[in-house]
Amino acid sequence: MGLLDVKFEHDNVMVTSLDWLLNWARLSSLYQLQFGLACCAIEMMAASASTFDMMRFGVIPRATPRQVDVMIVSGTVTLKMATRIKRLYDQMPEPRYVLSMGSCANCGGPYWEHGYHVLKGVDRIIPVDVYIPGCPPRPEALLEGLMKLQEKVRNETLAKKKTA
Amino acid sequence: MTSQEIFDRLIAQFGAVSDAGIVSKLDAPVDPSITVAPAHLKAIAFFLRDDEELQFEHCSCLSGVDLKGKFAIIYQLASLTKKHKITIRVEVPAENPSLPSVESVWKTTNWHEREAFDMFGIVFTGHPDLRRILMPYDWEGHPLRKDYQVPEFYNGMRVPY
Repeated sequence: MGLLDVKFEHDNVMVTSLDWLLNWARLSSLYQLQFGLACCAIEMMAASASTFDMMRFGVIPRATPRQVDVMIVSGTVTLKMATRIKRLYDQMPEPRYVLSMGSCANCGGPYWEHGYHVLKGVDRIIPVDVYIPGCPPRPEALLEGLMKLQEKVRNETLAKKKTA
Repeated sequence: MTSQEIFDRLIAQFGAVSDAGIVSKLDAPVDPSITVAPAHLKAIAFFLRDDEELQFEHCSCLSGVDLKGKFAIIYQLASLTKKHKITIRVEVPAENPSLPSVESVWKTTNWHEREAFDMFGIVFTGHPDLRRILMPYDWEGHPLRKDYQVPEFYNGMRVPY
């Protein structure tokens, strides 16, 4: 089954910090909001398919923002779509993360000058955790960005009291 | 039929109409076109579709062009039965860019006309549902016009880079 399978002599006891356990659980099951915006979405689909198999990282697409941990903004964010993205982000439960995938979502990409209809970077409406460069990024780049996000989750502390 | 024969057929039918404004530009390297007056567009469109020899049952594209001072609307017609095609061109002044809709002739122009309205503000009178198709409904202005200015903000979001 997993790392702990058939490893214990007697009772199943292990000692770790609560933060480590929570973070390990969270970063191993980063559910993704199932939506795509442009050509980056094609690469995202390729990353989900069997060759790259994003599901082995625990990334499972969910069709509702209320059940997801991470939003992959995969493509050009038009102003018309931006209002929808904001609403979807607002409906996600905390802690939530955003992966900005590709040049369009990062900064407007090829639409930066004459794109009257394009939001020049999704970070203008929602906070972004990881930026993935590329036009579009290959699935390897998306997986790299995902692992960067896992690194970020691993170093968070949820259980510990926040110090002022 | 060749473009010249199509033009002759149109002249034979509408040559007597003084303000039909049928002018040909058939020596163009691509897309030989026939310009017609907007007032008679609908009658000509019905004739192009229903005439036994023309049978243009398919409008494959409708484009708008900003010519600064006037707009051109270009209809690319094809006949699958007769295996010929022609380009029809209509020009309207920029102060009052309106012309009759051909939605009742070719249903496919329904969305094309909405797009031309969205991008250029060309009004197709008689269209059953003339509203924006690409831009948000609350968008101001028509983006593909030459004198279009990109707005500074849209719904609180900054638009320029």
